[in-house]
Amino acid sequence: MLKIKDLVFQVPLEHDPSTKKTIIDHLSLEVSDGAFIVITGPNGGGKSTLAKLIMGMEKPTSGTIEFAGEDITQADITDRARLGIGYGFQQPARFKGMTVKKLLDIAAGKRLPMLACNEYLAKVGLCSAGYLTREVDKSLSGGEVKRIEIATILARDPKLAIYDEPEAGIDLWSFDRLTETFRDIHEAQAGHSIVIISHQERIIRLADEVVVLRDGQISLTGTPDEVMPELGFTSKGINGCMLSEPTDLHLTPIPTTC
Amino acid sequence: MAETLTAADEQLLHEIANLHGMPEGAFNIRKDGQLVERHSSANIEISTKTDHPGIDIHIKPHTKGETVFIPVIVTQSGLKDVVYNTFYIGEDCDITIIAGCGIHNSSHATAEHDGIHTFYCGKDSHVRYVEKHYGEGEGTGDRILNPVTNVVMEEGSSCEMELVQLRGVTSTIRDTNAELGKDAKLVLTEKLLTHDDQTATSNMKVNLKGEDSSVQVISRSVAQDRSVQVFNPLVVGEAKCRGHVQCDAILMGEAKVTAIPGIEAASEDAVLVHEAAIGKIAGDQIVKLMTLGLTEEEAEQEILEDFLR
Repeated sequence: MLKIKDLVFQVPLEHDPSTKKTIIDHLSLEVSDGAFIVITGPNGGGKSTLAKLIMGMEKPTSGTIEFAGEDITQADITDRARLGIGYGFQQPARFKGMTVKKLLDIAAGKRLPMLACNEYLAKVGLCSAGYLTREVDKSLSGGEVKRIEIATILARDPKLAIYDEPEAGIDLWSFDRLTETFRDIHEAQAGHSIVIISHQERIIRLADEVVVLRDGQISLTGTPDEVMPELGFTSKGINGCMLSEPTDLHLTPIPTTC
Repeated sequence: MAETLTAADEQLLHEIANLHGMPEGAFNIRKDGQLVERHSSANIEISTKTDHPGIDIHIKPHTKGETVFIPVIVTQSGLKDVVYNTFYIGEDCDITIIAGCGIHNSSHATAEHDGIHTFYCGKDSHVRYVEKHYGEGEGTGDRILNPVTNVVMEEGSSCEMELVQLRGVTSTIRDTNAELGKDAKLVLTEKLLTHDDQTATSNMKVNLKGEDSSVQVISRSVAQDRSVQVFNPLVVGEAKCRGHVQCDAILMGEAKVTAIPGIEAASEDAVLVHEAAIGKIAGDQIVKLMTLGLTEEEAEQEILEDFLR
């Protein structure tokens, strides 16, 4: 489905624009149809940049990206979205005046029945139908906006969904629900692929394949069982232990009835 | 002699009042300074003023669920239409008033309409007022609308006013004044979109005179191209009251927006808050909508539509 070949992304240094810093360093990666890949690794390793390069929010310095047999290296965000790539933002945008319902409709590309909207919201732990008429503005908490962001990707149902740290900003109860949701989507949508950037052990465990990114390069790949011991999550208290911290837990009171 | 309506007039009426043909119930349609058609209902009486051009609208106490339409259209260039409309709303009413002015000016001369609307909201009445202003026409003649809105609210009354001007008006100076009695509640929403070299000034003064009165002023505007907007809302608290003023503007092109939200408290129990924000469309909003398959232009349009919704 997705083929990344020899990808390089460099940015000029702020204090010395003539010198380039390499964020992604000759990286090649293949995501097959129906794959569930979790990309993990230390902060600054290039994970979010790689996700942005796949979605077209950044353009690579060199290398190619192919999606469904088509070279999309120079395609813009809209083209990639229309080809079937979806993206869940780590820090979602807020929109004054736009209702949750409208955002879900735009994501789905059609007017959705209320029932369908409520199902998407329930899957991300938002149980009240009252959310549909709420505006996606600052009246919603960080956790609520984050869950709505994930619901937009569920409504869009892309061939390849990329989630950039979906756990960031999600409270613990919803996190449980979220891992179930990712597993359900993966099982229900044969042929659709998921790429998640995550530091969370439980999300990493969902993956078919774990990719560890370090200094812009893939330092390790394998099944969760193969890779987990190397990440130092449980037994080894090595430098990798930053990965055991849940990122930015956001506790929001939520109903527990659905 | 009464004027007649052309297809273009009907299109204008649709634009400003969402009307198709003549409405049900009470209405007064005015074109180029002349009456087109008027209809009173059992509870709502519309009569011609004797001292000024314009109409008096008397709404009987306890009138509920009725709508009054009083749209105005101007299609004649060189015309300056000034009209005074006064609403006397009895006690315990629940009514909707749809006003608005559409100008079609295809010449090079100016067309202007200045509507002075005054509302006396009776005790415990609820009034919803919607006023839409719109201009069109291929000519270079100015389309000017200078509305004045005065609201006097008695004890326990509540009023939602939505003042909208989207596109086509060359120049506007809007003056809105309100006086609130005990327990009166006003929500004043203003939505503006200016483009090209248009100018818009909005002055508002809300006096919270009665105990536990409250006002919420919401201004949302988009300034495009080289247009200039000035907002000058002032809320004065003279009793135990609550007031909130919120100005939000999206700036595009070389436009300029000045927002001067003001609050003035003359009672130690007055709780008044103001906030103002001006900025361009956030890049993360456009990018998010592009990842949902919209083009950059579609994303921008969607964001503006929702913002002014």
